[in-house]
Amino acid sequence: MKLTHPYPRESLQFDPPYLHPAYVSTQTRAPRQPLIVIPQTLSELTGPAFGHAEVKSGDADLTAQGEGAPLGERIIVHGRVLDERGRPVPDSLIEIWQANAAGRYHHVNDRHDAPLDPNFFGAGRCVTDREGRYRFVTIRPGAYPWGNHPNAWRPAHIHLSLFGPCFLTRLVTQMYFPGDPLFPFDPIFNAVPDARARERLVARFDLEATRPDWALGFQFDIVLRGSHATPLETEHAP
Amino acid sequence: MSTLNQNGTPAGVTPSQTVGPYFKIGLIDERWTRMIPPGEGSLITVAGTVLDADGKPVPDAMLEIWQPDRPAFGRFGTDRVDGSFIFQTLLPVGLQQPDGATHAGHLNVSVFARGLLKRLHTRIYFEGDALNASDPVLALVPEARRATLMARPVNGVERRFSFDVRLCGPGETVFFDC
Repeated sequence: MKLTHPYPRESLQFDPPYLHPAYVSTQTRAPRQPLIVIPQTLSELTGPAFGHAEVKSGDADLTAQGEGAPLGERIIVHGRVLDERGRPVPDSLIEIWQANAAGRYHHVNDRHDAPLDPNFFGAGRCVTDREGRYRFVTIRPGAYPWGNHPNAWRPAHIHLSLFGPCFLTRLVTQMYFPGDPLFPFDPIFNAVPDARARERLVARFDLEATRPDWALGFQFDIVLRGSHATPLETEHAP
Repeated sequence: MSTLNQNGTPAGVTPSQTVGPYFKIGLIDERWTRMIPPGEGSLITVAGTVLDADGKPVPDAMLEIWQPDRPAFGRFGTDRVDGSFIFQTLLPVGLQQPDGATHAGHLNVSVFARGLLKRLHTRIYFEGDALNASDPVLALVPEARRATLMARPVNGVERRFSFDVRLCGPGETVFFDC
């Protein structure tokens, strides 16, 4: 069978490896057998149109889900979702989740000795518009400790989940904040081998998106895998 | 920061990062273990456990199931005590490809977890499907490892299948690069 790959496999070169020993959990969870290269079949070239019907406009405002305003620094996070050739990814679900301003998740397993905020649950979602744009209003998350190594702290981050047009374009990643002093010490951030690729996980402070007397703005563009400009047309004999 | 090259094209695909231990806040709804709306046929149940290198259950993994022949989608976290999962769908049928070949019915699976810096991609095939023997994707898998991709009927329980995911170690599940 011909191994056709309309979505170039090289595009994933910036991803971290599965096994990154400094991130201790990878040692018991990363596969050791080589991955098996398979063609991109109909199964991978299609994907779910998931969740759109359930997304309400208020879901993109994480500061408006409680009875009152959550504590912390209100921020606007916005950007575009593009494919690797620069084409916008419209009408695509983005889901986010994060810790509160004190660095605590609204999750039963989070035992960090920091306060929960009764007005902050830390989850949001939206659908990109025709130009691939999205926008969330939320609270700047705090750093928090974790058990990976002595005195380990995660840099402040927001988790993002995107589907894009098919199974191959699925992406789960994290957005970080510019200038975080914890970057050099974080094995998850540094699992991305290429320094410039790591930079692409860091949002840009955006004064234009900053709303006077209200909230700082951050811009974070997200790039998904994209197919060749003319997929499946390269197999003709010369 | 420098997401775009000077000519305005993206500098590269955004790198993956782990889903972490707290994805249930944002990604999970208990309804999504049932992939098919009520009344659309006789469902099968697939149940199993996600296991790590030491054979210990993984209580904080997330599975996504993409079923292209329906199409249908499911998403759920493993049980926070015993690492088990269970979902329901219709038995997948053979899928005709653009080149005319029919591939064996299967489910495409993404596995996410704390400790996985990027998703793992595997497939669930169903033991006893006559098309398995000629499936070109299965043919790429060394024969000794193909069993890791097979959901097996559970003895005595109609329409129920078992399928475990072993992230690494003995009997490691086959994962794909595509």
